[in-house]
Amino acid sequence: MDRIPILKMGEFLLVTIQVDMHDQLAITLQDDLTQQIVKHRAHGVLIDISSLEIVDSFIGRMIANIAAMARMLDAETVLVGMKPAVAITLVELGLSLAGVRTALNVEKGMAALQSSLKGKEFFGRNTEK
Amino acid sequence: MAAILKNETLPIKSSSDIVKVRQFAREWAVSLGFSLVEQTKVVTAASELARNVLDYGGSGKVELEVLQNELRQGLKLTFADQGPGIADLEQALKDGFTTGSGMGLGLGGAKRLANEFEIDSAPGRGTKVSITRWRNS
Repeated sequence: MDRIPILKMGEFLLVTIQVDMHDQLAITLQDDLTQQIVKHRAHGVLIDISSLEIVDSFIGRMIANIAAMARMLDAETVLVGMKPAVAITLVELGLSLAGVRTALNVEKGMAALQSSLKGKEFFGRNTEK
Repeated sequence: MAAILKNETLPIKSSSDIVKVRQFAREWAVSLGFSLVEQTKVVTAASELARNVLDYGGSGKVELEVLQNELRQGLKLTFADQGPGIADLEQALKDGFTTGSGMGLGLGGAKRLANEFEIDSAPGRGTKVSITRWRNS
């Protein structure tokens, strides 16, 4: 069975979706990612969709679910690299991914995660080792 | 009345067929000279409707057609299944309404992404949905 690789980068996990996902692959990714968040105690997840030509409601729902699951596991999700045509189409489709943070690229997404992690430390949430 | 320049039918039996429908819709949209946004819209609509065929009809097919009218060319996709059919079409087209596990955006979303939309369904008769997207300019 093919899988989408999940890379660990410091405290964050990076998922680059490059293939046209069929449904089972999307479900496997949800399972794998939630397990990896717990295993590596990751505080952030970056999902890079810069290679995706389309996002339909199924994939959109999967991304929203991942963000919600990650939040419950104390990890933030940032969706990066959405193509302009995909953004136009998603909104017209009726899917605005309201609960999902976005950034233009991996670098900016990483910076967003880092600054929100710092904010958390400031409030003393992640200071215990 | 539009003339049909080209047509092909694909089966929709598994989720990998949805990927195939997307690829065909993309290729045909590209060959018609659709802009990137138009391609993305028609491929996304195709994906939604192909998934409906699988989720609600069990299986079915899609017919792709290249149309030519007096002014321009277009891509028409007709999805048909022999599933239970839809009792209340008006309700089915509302955003957020679903009898399945999805988000209820498929039909209404596909309608918004196309230029023309037709649906024919009744309980016990299956469902047929057509969308047409004409090339701009």
